[in-house]
Amino acid sequence: MLTKPKASVILLSIALIYVSVLIFLPSIFIFYEAFHKGIDVFWNSINQRNFWQATKLTLIVTAITVPINTIFGLCAAWVIGRNQFRGRTLLLSIIDLPFSVSPVVAGLAIVLLYGRNGWLGGLLAGLNIKILFAIPAIVLATAFVTMPFVAREVIPVLEEIGEEQETAARTLGANDWQVFYRVTLPNIRWGLLYGVILTNARALGEFGAVAVVSGSILGKTATLPIFVEQAYKNYQAEAAFGSAAILALIGALTLIFKEILETRTHH
Amino acid sequence: MSITVSQVSKKFGNFQALDNINLDVKPGTLVALLGPSGSGKSTLLRTVAGLETPDQGKIKINGRDTTNLDIRKRNIGFVFQHYALFKHLTVRRNISFGLDIRKKSPQAIKQRVNELLELIQLQGFGDRYPSQLSGGQRQRVALARALAVQPEVLLLDEPFGALDAKVRQELRDWLRRLHDEVHLTSIFVTHDREEAMAVADKIVVMNQGRIEQIGTPAEVYDNPANPFVMSFVGEVNILDHTSPLFKRTNRANSASRLFVRPHDLEIFETPQKHHVAAKVQRIVHLGWEIQLELALGDRSVVSAHLNREEFSRLELELGQQVYLEPRQVKYFEQDQLNYHASSTSNQQIAV
Repeated sequence: MLTKPKASVILLSIALIYVSVLIFLPSIFIFYEAFHKGIDVFWNSINQRNFWQATKLTLIVTAITVPINTIFGLCAAWVIGRNQFRGRTLLLSIIDLPFSVSPVVAGLAIVLLYGRNGWLGGLLAGLNIKILFAIPAIVLATAFVTMPFVAREVIPVLEEIGEEQETAARTLGANDWQVFYRVTLPNIRWGLLYGVILTNARALGEFGAVAVVSGSILGKTATLPIFVEQAYKNYQAEAAFGSAAILALIGALTLIFKEILETRTHH
Repeated sequence: MSITVSQVSKKFGNFQALDNINLDVKPGTLVALLGPSGSGKSTLLRTVAGLETPDQGKIKINGRDTTNLDIRKRNIGFVFQHYALFKHLTVRRNISFGLDIRKKSPQAIKQRVNELLELIQLQGFGDRYPSQLSGGQRQRVALARALAVQPEVLLLDEPFGALDAKVRQELRDWLRRLHDEVHLTSIFVTHDREEAMAVADKIVVMNQGRIEQIGTPAEVYDNPANPFVMSFVGEVNILDHTSPLFKRTNRANSASRLFVRPHDLEIFETPQKHHVAAKVQRIVHLGWEIQLELALGDRSVVSAHLNREEFSRLELELGQQVYLEPRQVKYFEQDQLNYHASSTSNQQIAV
């Protein structure tokens, strides 16, 4: 059947306007605001102790969270994608929970649990371990909100490739590790990579849960997104847009990195 | 290497997949497990391979008890219906997988892979990926991969099931020739009786988790142990005591059934004594074979197969009156018709 030219033009325009309003215009605006007064102004606005501290903290938290959730996601994907058991769908829903629960709620739960009067807070305080308003709480909050990505991306791939190749590898003498490393991992690599990239992007950008558990102390426990918000609130528009541009840039670089990897290794 | 299965049973929930299976596969033979789906043939193969654990019984490969042995240490080659090739590896790397695991020297691996590529007639395809091969080529690569590690036995699970008819036939002839060269003890699973007959030295007919009969292709076809085997290994007309074909034998009793294969019905244009009248109701041309549907006096319909010469000599037409004489029939008692008959009580009578 032929598509009517008029209808397709209208539909295309709607889609373009929608994407422009949601994605293109805000991105351009951020970079415009950050750089329109020149690179020196941009550099001076972000070159401050609080910004570097926030960047460092964000990178540390991401570097801890992404590997943990990659390993957890792989394990969860294997359990769910390779086994049939009662409560399988329930487990799947539990893994999805961070998608459906507001990050602020998650942050609050961490505060209550590890606070001075919380179930674990008192115990840990006795051992002189500081969780709240420090890196451990920020890692916990970030890990919670980024938990589902890897498992969610890998499970459908695992189900699609099926078990036969793994069984074949075992009949050829491969042990569990060899089966995983030589057969399963190469088969799921794109799903896994995509899951890791999503985890990474979300870990870099998480605001709500981290804002609740970190105390948002500039120069101490503020991550990059929190720095952006605080700077904006304190009428440092240049610093806010400058650091926002950096965050957006990191996100764009991750996607470019993924594209390069895919084109390089794809056959 | 021999394979011995003794008293093996296996249940999946309430489903009895294998029911006290005893089977002896002599060294160097090619055995077909033949049966309908759900008959337990694949489960039996997977149990021998170590992909399933039997609830009871023992499995020995070359005299060694492998019942609880890890699959990696059984030294078997396994070929899957859907090839199960490693999609991310080239043909060469697929074939060398088992050798890589065993940490053989690169030179030995290269030599072995070249040998196998020649054996499966895919020299020059070593650097392709499985997705660039046809189904028949993929299955040959899967076979080479299984053979690379020099297994003691080769197990094939519906190896031709996913291929189209022509490739299927080529590949099964090739498998037979290969087996004649390497004499590796092999078991293959199929639901296709023609395939089993064409390839196997011995056929194991299975049904509902049990072995119905073990024999050469000729034995199971000419001397089926029971009604199930008779109807599964070839087409058959089953007639009860009210049929004119049965009545003429003076053996008719309500507890028996008469089994006659379509090609064992001889057709005459003029009646002789004892002949049974029938009317040609349908003619199907299958090239070398002509299939007839014939209506008997009691309105029951039997099927008869003739070759082209017979057919053109008789000059048969639709609606024509003909006369039948069975060359060979078999009787089975009613109590055998539950398809679990013992193999001793059948009788063969030339009429």
